[in-house]
Amino acid sequence: MFRAKQYLLAQSLEEAYAANQKRTATVVGGMCWLKMSNRQIQTLIDLSALGLDTITRTDEGFSIGAMVTLRQLETDAVLNETFQNAFADAVRPIVGVQFRNCATIGGSVWGRFGFSDVIAVLLALKAKVELYPTGVVELDDFLQMPYDNQILVRILVPFTAKKAAVQSHRNTATDFPVLVAVASELADGSLRLVAGARPQKAALVNTTLTAQSSAEEIEQQLENGLQQMAFCSNMRGSAEYRRHLAKVLLKRAIAQLKEGTANAD
Amino acid sequence: MKKYVSAPVRKRDAMALVTGQPVYTSDLLPAHCLTVKLLRSPHASALIKSIRTDTAKKVPGIACILTWEDVPTARFTQAGQTYPEPSPYDRLILDRRIRCEGDPVAIVAGENEQAVDTALRMIKVEYEVLEPILDFTKALDNPILVHPEEDFKALCDVGADNKRNLCCCGVNEEGDVEKELAECDIIIDQTYHTLSNSQAMMETFRTFTQLDAFGRLQVTSSTQVPFHVRRILSNALQIPKSRIRVIKPRIGGGFGAKQSAVSEVYPAIVTMKTGRPAAIEYTRTESMTNGSPRHEMQIHIRLGADKEGNIRAIDLYTLSNAGAYGEHGPTTVGLSGHKSIPLYGTPRAYRFAWDVVYSNTMSGGAYRGYGATQGIFALETAVNELAAKLNMDPCKLREKNMVKQGQVMPAYYGELLQSCTLDKCLEKAKAMIDWDNKYPARQLENGHIRSVGVAMAMQGSAISNVDIGSAEIRLTDEGFYIMLIGATDMGTGCDTILAQMAADCLDCDLERISVQGVDTDQSPYDCGSYASSTTYLTGMAVIKTCEQIREKIVAQGAAMLKLSPDEVEFDGKAVRSLTTGEQVTLPEIGYASLSGAYPVISACVSHTSPVSPPPFMAGIAEIDLDPETGKVELVDYAAAVDCGTVINTNLARVQTEGGLVQGIGMTLSEDIQYSAKGNLRNRNFMQYKIPTRLDAGKLRVEFESSYEPTGPFGAKSIGELVINTPAPAITNAIYNATGLQFRKLPITSEQIAMGLLKKEK
Amino acid sequence: MQIELKLNGRVCKADVSPDMRLLDFVREQGCASVKCGCDTSNCGLCTLWLDGKPVLSCSVLAVRANGHEVTTLEGLQADAAEFGAFLSDEGAEQCGYCSPGFIMNVLAMVKELPDPTEEQIQHYLAGNLCRCSGYQGQLRAIRKYLLAKQEGKL
Repeated sequence: MFRAKQYLLAQSLEEAYAANQKRTATVVGGMCWLKMSNRQIQTLIDLSALGLDTITRTDEGFSIGAMVTLRQLETDAVLNETFQNAFADAVRPIVGVQFRNCATIGGSVWGRFGFSDVIAVLLALKAKVELYPTGVVELDDFLQMPYDNQILVRILVPFTAKKAAVQSHRNTATDFPVLVAVASELADGSLRLVAGARPQKAALVNTTLTAQSSAEEIEQQLENGLQQMAFCSNMRGSAEYRRHLAKVLLKRAIAQLKEGTANAD
Repeated sequence: MKKYVSAPVRKRDAMALVTGQPVYTSDLLPAHCLTVKLLRSPHASALIKSIRTDTAKKVPGIACILTWEDVPTARFTQAGQTYPEPSPYDRLILDRRIRCEGDPVAIVAGENEQAVDTALRMIKVEYEVLEPILDFTKALDNPILVHPEEDFKALCDVGADNKRNLCCCGVNEEGDVEKELAECDIIIDQTYHTLSNSQAMMETFRTFTQLDAFGRLQVTSSTQVPFHVRRILSNALQIPKSRIRVIKPRIGGGFGAKQSAVSEVYPAIVTMKTGRPAAIEYTRTESMTNGSPRHEMQIHIRLGADKEGNIRAIDLYTLSNAGAYGEHGPTTVGLSGHKSIPLYGTPRAYRFAWDVVYSNTMSGGAYRGYGATQGIFALETAVNELAAKLNMDPCKLREKNMVKQGQVMPAYYGELLQSCTLDKCLEKAKAMIDWDNKYPARQLENGHIRSVGVAMAMQGSAISNVDIGSAEIRLTDEGFYIMLIGATDMGTGCDTILAQMAADCLDCDLERISVQGVDTDQSPYDCGSYASSTTYLTGMAVIKTCEQIREKIVAQGAAMLKLSPDEVEFDGKAVRSLTTGEQVTLPEIGYASLSGAYPVISACVSHTSPVSPPPFMAGIAEIDLDPETGKVELVDYAAAVDCGTVINTNLARVQTEGGLVQGIGMTLSEDIQYSAKGNLRNRNFMQYKIPTRLDAGKLRVEFESSYEPTGPFGAKSIGELVINTPAPAITNAIYNATGLQFRKLPITSEQIAMGLLKKEK
Repeated sequence: MQIELKLNGRVCKADVSPDMRLLDFVREQGCASVKCGCDTSNCGLCTLWLDGKPVLSCSVLAVRANGHEVTTLEGLQADAAEFGAFLSDEGAEQCGYCSPGFIMNVLAMVKELPDPTEEQIQHYLAGNLCRCSGYQGQLRAIRKYLLAKQEGKL
């Protein structure tokens, strides 16, 4: 458990940002991850008072505050209707209801963890990240950015994708994924495919597949796309197994998109 | 009169537990208790060159910091076993030599956690890091020695030789195994490997200590073995046992982990040095890295049979990894052969040999099943391999060869099997799962494979001629009873089960028996709750105690009626004349016994058993296997158990279900991996994956009761037996689904999926 | 830091350090039902309600409860006894150490899903580990409890 000397319930983004300029300061999200560190923290910065705990539908898409919990992502009816239950499917295997009532989307995205189911689904949906003070960046770009002292304010999910399907494999039901695969179908019919927990950060699989592609094309392009992608080994699985799983699960996700219903498995 | 034995009686402490009452060790801490934590070694093997505590001692609120220079120099064992312990005396409270990651380097006690954490960071240790021996298969006669010390001591002749890294060795045989194997048509010759699984009880190790009004050390601890803890502390602290009192409150699970005194010595020495109350609570990580896990074992089997499937010879060699210290090393290994081989009654010869070696890995201990689990995984898998080779249904092979009631079991100390319905158990499990229609496998439309797999298991009921159980019952005014026991309820329900037996023996309502848990100053001696002994052994002690107290009640009642004892009867409520019906009630007898007119009525009887009758079971797993991902889902598990008479039908059922879930975890997800330097990687619940309710599947349990003549009401044990079938049964189901034969646990989805891909190529 | 919150219905003011966990805070306030079982937010033993929602009190700062409502099993004794009786009648509490956190989550589930399917039950409670393991018995208890509720017997 970390130790902290001060607690700041920020009253504005400016105040949070100013306090966060010190290296000894840390923004506390859901605390599920932070609590496992042994850091000596000077100031804990809490964004709870900034109204960032809501999911709002706008003309362009959804605006999701950084303090929205994973459980909100799971139970928000409009968000899940829009994307074919992708958010619920993505977060439901994460530990348990009590955990998901604590963990926040801001924490998940800021951490840029390789194992993140949330990042994988957001990446497939072409999400953007709103930072204070620099503004909105593409999630793709954010994932490559170094950890800096900005404040993550919101996640923006545009209506670019019509629907998405999530498949993951876990060694036990609520463990980190060994691999997570997400397929989304964009307005133009093209497919956007993401492999996460490789175990590196989720990334796009390079294909030109569309909703109309044949089984042979899917097979071949996935084979090629995944060969270009880096996979590694860790305690949960080998690189070789992950590459294999990526193909199996992406195929299932694509099939699930077509069926329009969640795969029971 | 209502009878309690064989009924689904609610546990006496249940409502306190489900409403969250403060009844566990940490809920009972005395005021102004010092917080105790340990500085642990990051290295697997090292010598402490220097250790500086001067600045750490200056941290405000620090009461005491102890290093190896401050502790007694007599070696002891943490193993909770009857004296003289088979486990070698190979430990100090703090040692200059580090033998595994996490070995304690310093004990820090302070007024609060923050002060202690600060002080821990300020202790400067200089280590001479040594090359560890991490591969236990290379430990024997390795030039790297785990215990090079001269004062290493083995109290029993278990074949220990610390200059060879040998904790224990031996051999046991009957008949000419080599000759029989030479005549066999088929021999399965394979090696099986299981890991050092963690018990992962929800309440981690914890203890608090204080000096009582008489200056004695009072220890409250989450332990299965209060009386052994008293001796272990006496050895470790070098103080007489008469100065130590051990109390066991409610316990948040044990499963054998708390059959070792893992956490007791540290606050105890702090209290002795400071005179202050002191408490230690292990973190989950400490419980995982420096607890008392199952012994990792590699078991080599040669199993010989003729063409008809008659098993003729079993040769079993176990190499067990004691890890850094020898707790339970010499005894767990014995069960790997003695409680697997006797499942089969047909062999003409058997040999069981073993070596237990030290290495710089986690020190092993007692975990439910205690070696039998490892041995049964190996032998039952070998038997399934034999069935496959014979092209025979593995149930048929077992029906042909299994041990039967009335047989003498040469590999089980020559004991006569007086109660056994293993044949009925297998028949029942087959019927429950519809084996004949489901064996071996079928393909589903979604590409998954449904298959079944089978295994049998046995265990013992107490350690014959060693374990002692006792009970003391007192009749009080108003005619209610106080029952004192030294057996430790750790959630298993023995406080209730033993009261059920007493209520039936004394013909009274359960509510009239008040059970008091363990306090070594109050309770009669009992070796503790382990080795599947409580129901069987302490249960018999309860029956004998009840017989004695009944005699005393009858005698006094008769005297009060001015009759002789054979002229009266006692129905639990009153002693009455057989001829006139004149009576004295139990409350009247109780009051009279406390008024000076008659002696106080109490009885205390202990019991030991020359035999350890094995309970048996058959387990059949039905799995759904996804060949593309390798994922195995448990669809159904049919378990049929012979534990003799079932004393509490609810508790026997949940014991069985719980054991099955732990066995499922061992088989499919509970992995133990070390870094190259010997650091445990699966050190918390994030990395050591015990089953969630979504992983456990559907479990069904039925009982096929035999009647054990030496047990209370015909009962045998159940607690450990039930963990033994999932590993071999699920392994068999995976084989039946895929043709892949696994011999090492856990079996991961990766191994299955990649194995299938390799097979295709 | 000064905080003021409602703990089991009563107003509670206290001075806490910024890094104090809600778990340690409620235990100091005498709510011993709340247990710590792991260091990694995995076990569910420390489950309590924050504004009526089940959370892991090991992962919530005490200061974050400032101005909010905290409920532990100590504040739900009647409900605990009612459902606990069903659990006890299955013997499924066993060692009892996970029971308070588990029951907190069962009661939260029943508020949220009055008529859950078996799959919903198993998923809702997946974050409550029980090593004893009473999973099957707990499920039997929940089914009987829900049935009794539906039949108006509770």
